[in-house]
Amino acid sequence: MTKIRIDGKYYEVKPKKNLLETCLSLGLDIPHFCFHPALGSVGACRLCAVKKFKDQDDTRGRIVMSCMEPVTEGMIVSIGDAEAKAFRAAIIEGLMTNHPHDCPVCDEGGECHLQDMTVMTGHNYRRFDFRKRTYKNQDLGPFIKHEMNRCIQCYRCVRFYGDYAGGKDLNVFGSHNHVYFGRHEDGTLENEFSGNLVEVCPTGVFTDKTLSKHFTRKWDLSNAPSVCVHCSIGCNTIASERYGSLRRIMSRYNGSVNGYFICDRGRFGYEFVNNDKRIRKIRIRYNKNGNQEEPENEKFLSVLGTVFSKNKKIIGIGSPRASVESNYALSILAGKENFYHGISKEEQHLTRTVLDFLQNSGVQTPSLRQIEKSDAVIVLGEDLTNTAPMIALALRQAVRNKPNEEAEEKGIPLWNDAPVRELAQDVKSPVYIATPFKDSLDEIAETTFRASFADIAYLGSAVASSLNEKVPVLKKKIRDQEELAEKIADSLRKAKNPLIISGITCGDEEILHASMNIATALLSLDIKVMFCAVLPECNSMGLALIPGKPLDDALSLAAIEEIETLVILENDLYRRAPKKSVDQLFERSRRIIVLDHLVNQTTLNADILLPAATFAGSEGTLVNNEGRAQRYYKVLVNKDHVKESWRWMSELIKIKNDNQSVLWNKFDEIATSLANELPAFLKMKEYMPDADFRMLNARIPRQTMRYSGRTAMYAHLDVSESAVSQDPDSPLAFSMEGRQEIPPSILVPFYWSPGWNSVQAMYNYLDEPNGSMKGGDPGIRLIEPGKEHDDSYFHINHRTFKFKKDEWLIVPVYQIFGSEELSSASISITQRIKEPFLYINQIDAEGLSIKDGEEIRLEVPGNILRIKTKIEKSIMQGMAGLSVNLPGMQFIDLPCRGKYNKL
Amino acid sequence: MERPLTKHIIPGSSPLSLKEYIKAGGYGSTHKAMKEMTPAEVTNLVKASNLLGRGGAGFPTGVKWSLVPMDDTNPKPKYLVCNADEMEPGTFKDRYLLEGNPHQLIAGMIISAYAIQAQKAYIFLRWAYKKAEAELRRAIGEAYEAGYLGNNILGSGFDLDIYVHSSAGRYICGEETALLNSLEGKRAVPRTKPPFPSASGLFGRPTVVNNVETLSWISHIVENGAGWFRGLSLTGTGGTKLYGVSGRVKKPGIWELPLGITMRELLEEHAGGMEDGLRFRGVLPGGVSTDFLTEKHLDVKLDFSTVAAVGSRMGTGTVIILDDKTCPVAFIHNIERFFALESCGWCTPCREGLPWVEKMLASIEEGTGKIEYLDILKFQSKYMGPGNTFCAHAPGAAEPLQSGLNYFYDDFVRHIDDKKCPWR
Repeated sequence: MTKIRIDGKYYEVKPKKNLLETCLSLGLDIPHFCFHPALGSVGACRLCAVKKFKDQDDTRGRIVMSCMEPVTEGMIVSIGDAEAKAFRAAIIEGLMTNHPHDCPVCDEGGECHLQDMTVMTGHNYRRFDFRKRTYKNQDLGPFIKHEMNRCIQCYRCVRFYGDYAGGKDLNVFGSHNHVYFGRHEDGTLENEFSGNLVEVCPTGVFTDKTLSKHFTRKWDLSNAPSVCVHCSIGCNTIASERYGSLRRIMSRYNGSVNGYFICDRGRFGYEFVNNDKRIRKIRIRYNKNGNQEEPENEKFLSVLGTVFSKNKKIIGIGSPRASVESNYALSILAGKENFYHGISKEEQHLTRTVLDFLQNSGVQTPSLRQIEKSDAVIVLGEDLTNTAPMIALALRQAVRNKPNEEAEEKGIPLWNDAPVRELAQDVKSPVYIATPFKDSLDEIAETTFRASFADIAYLGSAVASSLNEKVPVLKKKIRDQEELAEKIADSLRKAKNPLIISGITCGDEEILHASMNIATALLSLDIKVMFCAVLPECNSMGLALIPGKPLDDALSLAAIEEIETLVILENDLYRRAPKKSVDQLFERSRRIIVLDHLVNQTTLNADILLPAATFAGSEGTLVNNEGRAQRYYKVLVNKDHVKESWRWMSELIKIKNDNQSVLWNKFDEIATSLANELPAFLKMKEYMPDADFRMLNARIPRQTMRYSGRTAMYAHLDVSESAVSQDPDSPLAFSMEGRQEIPPSILVPFYWSPGWNSVQAMYNYLDEPNGSMKGGDPGIRLIEPGKEHDDSYFHINHRTFKFKKDEWLIVPVYQIFGSEELSSASISITQRIKEPFLYINQIDAEGLSIKDGEEIRLEVPGNILRIKTKIEKSIMQGMAGLSVNLPGMQFIDLPCRGKYNKL
Repeated sequence: MERPLTKHIIPGSSPLSLKEYIKAGGYGSTHKAMKEMTPAEVTNLVKASNLLGRGGAGFPTGVKWSLVPMDDTNPKPKYLVCNADEMEPGTFKDRYLLEGNPHQLIAGMIISAYAIQAQKAYIFLRWAYKKAEAELRRAIGEAYEAGYLGNNILGSGFDLDIYVHSSAGRYICGEETALLNSLEGKRAVPRTKPPFPSASGLFGRPTVVNNVETLSWISHIVENGAGWFRGLSLTGTGGTKLYGVSGRVKKPGIWELPLGITMRELLEEHAGGMEDGLRFRGVLPGGVSTDFLTEKHLDVKLDFSTVAAVGSRMGTGTVIILDDKTCPVAFIHNIERFFALESCGWCTPCREGLPWVEKMLASIEEGTGKIEYLDILKFQSKYMGPGNTFCAHAPGAAEPLQSGLNYFYDDFVRHIDDKKCPWR
C-alpha cells in the first residue's frame, strides 16, 4: 500500500494506479471527462487538474492532471486548491463557449455528465460573446441519435468504438475547434456495441434513439435491476419504465460479467415488450375451428376447471428462455415425468454434455472478466460476434494481455492508454479461431482455420493429443493441420491462463468433445485452464439443471397417444422442430394452453392463451452459460390480464388440487420450494435477498427522489390518487419513498449520488473503478469444478467431409440481429435484420453460374426453400451457410445436407 | 570568422554534389566515426561538445542520444528522425541548409544513426519545401550509389536507410511526438511524455528526433572535436547559429554568426537597421511562439540562457521585428489566428481558448472590442500555460500574447477607446 496526502489527510492506497481513479475510489470527487476506467487515461480534457506539491515546504505547487499522475509514496496533492479549482472552472468555461443551450430539449439533460461537471466546478456566468461553431448531424441508424453541436471533444466515443470495440466506421475528422466525430458518410453504425456510445458520451451527442421515441427524463423513470434475455451470457441491465411502458435498457455494472457495457441486441431488443403483438388479454378458443376470443371471467374459470381437473394428465413443455421458477412451476403442475424441456433432443444432449463437463471434469468455467484476462485462446465452431457478442468483446481485450505485460515491464502503467497501445503495435496474445466462415474477430486472431466441422473437430483433437498422449489420436493426418495443432498446443501450454471456447450453437457434438479434450489435457498438465461453452438462450443452463425430457419425446408421444392437456411455457415450438411434427402434436392434443408474451405460430394454436409477463413484469432467475444464477426484478406493474408465468402456474396448480390454497403466493415461496427440491439451486436461495429485506426499515425505491407526476399521471382517468402498487415479491418499492442510499449490489435499480446524476454516478457503487460492485458483484455461480475429477477423454469419430454432387453441407449462420426470437420483435432491431441468405463458396457459385444475390432452390430434410445467395469467399467448397431463424424462415435442423438447384 | 555550416552555400546556386562535397572535405568524418570510433564514443563526443538542439528547445543533443537503450535485447529497428518540418512562422534557417547543402545533413545523419545504432532514418520534410525535397532525394541517391547508405556502410557492418517523407502539412507536426504519429499514418496529435521517444518512439521503438541544423553540426564536431566547437561561440555554449531577421529592416536575411552575439549587433550590423522612416518597437527573438523583447533588451546576448533570463526564449534564433508603423494588435492577432487554426484539437484550453482569443483580438483590432476582453486575454494567456495543456503549442501561442499585452497594453486600450485601429 502507498501512503499519500490529499488536502491534508493521509490515505493508504493501492500502488500503480493513477491519482484520479484512486481519488474516485476513495469517494473524493474530481471532475473529469476523458478518463474512463475501461478506456484508460489520455489527458485530453484537462478537467481533472489538481495541485501537486514537491514537499511540505512547497506552497505554490503546480497543476497536474490527476488522470495522468501515478500514485507515489509520500505524494502531496490538493483537490480543493484555489488555483486548481479556478482552472477546472475555466476548462468548463472553455467547453461552454461552443456548447449550445440545449439542456431543456436535450435527451441527456438530467443524466448529463457535462451538467454534473459544470455544477461541480462552479462555472456559471458566460463571458464568451461570439458565435458558436456548429456542425451538421448524421443519420447513424435506428439505434443512435447524433447531435454534434453538443460535443466537448473528449474523444471517448472513438476510443471506445475503435480501440475497445474494434469498430471501423466511427472516426474523428478535422482539427482545431472543428473536430468532428462521425462516419465518413451517413449510415448505420456497423459495430455491434455502438449502443454503449450513449453511456460513454458525457453529453447528448450520442443518445438512445429508441428512448427518444418515447422520451422520459431520467428522474421520472421507475427502474429495476434486470438481466438481458437475449443470449446466454446474462449481462446485467437496468430496465426503466414510465406510464406502464418500458422506456429503455441500459447497462448495469457487473465486474465479473459484462463490466460497463452491453451489446446492441441487449440494449435495443427491449422494444418487443411494447410491441403491439403483445398478448395482453386471455383468449379462449371454444372449439378447434373457432376463433380465439376474450372470455367472461366465470366462463374462463369454468373452462380452466374442466381442463385442469384432478385426474387429467398434463404434458408440460418448458422453455430455455423462461425463468428457472416458471419452468420449475410447470414441472410441478405437470409432474416431473411429464415435464419436457422444449428443446430438441440434440440440443438437450449437448447442453447436458456441457453441464456434465463443468461439474465433473475439474475444469473451471470463466466469468467474462476472467475471459478478458486470458492470455491464449482457442475458439472452436462458434461465431462469437453473433452468438455471444460480449465474449467477442472480451476477447478483443484479452489479446492485449501480452503487450500489456511488456508495457508494465517497461514501466508504463496500464492506465496510460496511448503509450501502452503505441508500444504494443501489432503484438497480441494468441487467439486461434476455427470456424466455417469469416467473422469480425478474425482481425485479432493469430491464425484462423476455415474448414468443415469434421476438420475443426479434427484440429481440436490434434491439439489435445499434442498436449497429452493419452488422448486418442485420429488416424487421419494432414500435415498443415498437424503443424497448426502443434502451434496452438504450444501457445496453450505456455500460457498462464489458457482458455478454450466452444459451444453448442453450431450443433456439432464432435467439436464440443474435441474442445473438452483440449481442456482436460491442459488440466492434466496442471495448467489453470478454463473452458467456456456458448449456449443458445438466456436460461439454457438453468433449464438443464431441472430434470426433464427433450421435446422429441413429446412429439413421439403425440404420434402414439392423444394428449389430454398440453401446457406450453414461453416457447414457439415451430422454432424448435419441423412443422409437420409440431402440427401433429397440436392436432393430437385436446386442449392446448399456451403462456407467452408475443403472438407467434404456437400461440395461434392455443385453445387457452394466457398472457405471460416479460422479464420487465416479473421476478425471475436465469442461469447463464457460466452457471451464474442472476435475478431480474420487475419494473412494470402488470396490467390487463398479464401475469408472471409462475403465478399462472400457481393458480393452475390450485385449480388442479381442487382449489386448495395456492401453492405459492409470493416469489420467495416458489424460490424456497425450488431450492428445497432441487439442491442445485440451494446456493441461490441463500444468496438472493428475501422480499422482506429492508434497508433501515424501508424498502428500496425504484424511483429517484425527483420522480414527478405521481398524483397527476392518471388524474385524467381517476382524480383520486390511487394506492401505490404493492410488491410482495421483492424488497423494491414502486415509489420514490425509502432510503436513497446504495442498496446491495443485486438490488441496485439506478445510479445516483449527490452531484452525480449521470451514469458516472456508478463510481460510488463500485469498490474501485473496474473493480467489483460494493458488497460483491451480483449473481452467484452454481457450478464449480469439484476436487475430484474425471480424467477421461471423448472419443472423436473419424469423419471425412465428402463432396456430393448437387449437395452442400449446410451449416448455421447466426445473426446478432434476427436469429434470436424476442429481440427480433423490437422495432429498431427489425431495421437491422437482413433478408434470409445462404453463404456459398465463390467457386461453387461460378460453377453454377450464380451471381451474388441470385435466388436458388434449396431442398433440406422436411423443407424446400427459395433463398438468396451471398458469395462468401471464406466458406469451403461444398459447404454453404444458412442464416438461422430470420423472420420468414421455417425451422431447419442444422447442420444438414441440402440439394440445390438453379431456379 | 568560421562559418562551418554555410561556407559552401551560395544562394541561387545548386548545392554541392557528393563528389564536390567530398573534395571540399565532406564525408571524411563519416569514415572517421565508423572506422575509428565506437557508437558510444561518438555519443560521448557530442555530449562533451555541449551541442544544444537547434529546433527551439535547446536540449543537449548528446544527452538525448544517451537515453537510447543500446543493448541488443530491444526489438529492431531503432529510428533516427530529422525534423525538417520547419513551420514556425518567421523561421527559414532549415530551408537554407536543406536547399543549400543537403549532403552536410546526410553525412551528419549517418554518423548520428551510427551513434544510436538506428537502422532506419526519416527526414520529415515540410510539404512546401519542394526544392529541398528534390535536392535531398538527389543527394540521398548519390549517397546510396557511393556506398554511404544501404547495407554494410564502408564495410563497417552498419546498415542504414534514409527516407524522405513529405509531411501532409500541419504546424503541429513540428512537435516531435505529433511528428511521430503523423509519420506512422495517424492523426498528428502529440503524445504524452513519459515515455520519451528514446524509449518508445516511432512504431513504439527507441527513436531520436533532431532538428536539421543540429544534425548538420555532427560531421563537423566529429571532424574537429568538442573543444573546437565550444570555441566557436561567444558565450561558451558552443557553435555558431543561423540567425535570421524578418520584418521591416533594410536587409532581412540569414547569417551564420557565433552563438552569443547581441540583438543590437544582429539588427544593426547585419540587418542594416530599420527601414528609413520606421522605428524599432519590439522583437520576437525566436519565431512567433516567443515573448516580445523591447528596446531595453537590445543588448541581450542571443543565447539560450541569456534570452531566457530576460523573459523570452531564443527558440530558433530567427527574429521578427515589430516596427512603429505596424499595429501591434494586428501583429498579435495574425499570430494568434495562426495558432488557433493550427491547434490539433486534442486538449481543451488550446482548442477552445485560442479561437476565443482570436475572436477577441479581431474584435479589438476592428474597433468593436470591449474593455473586459483585456482581462479575459490576460487570463487566457495564463490558462494556456505550460503543464496546463497537453503540449507546448498553446503555451507558445500564449507567449506573444501575454508579452504583447504587457508591453503594448496602451495600444490595446486605444483600439477599444477609439473604437478603431489607430494605425489604419
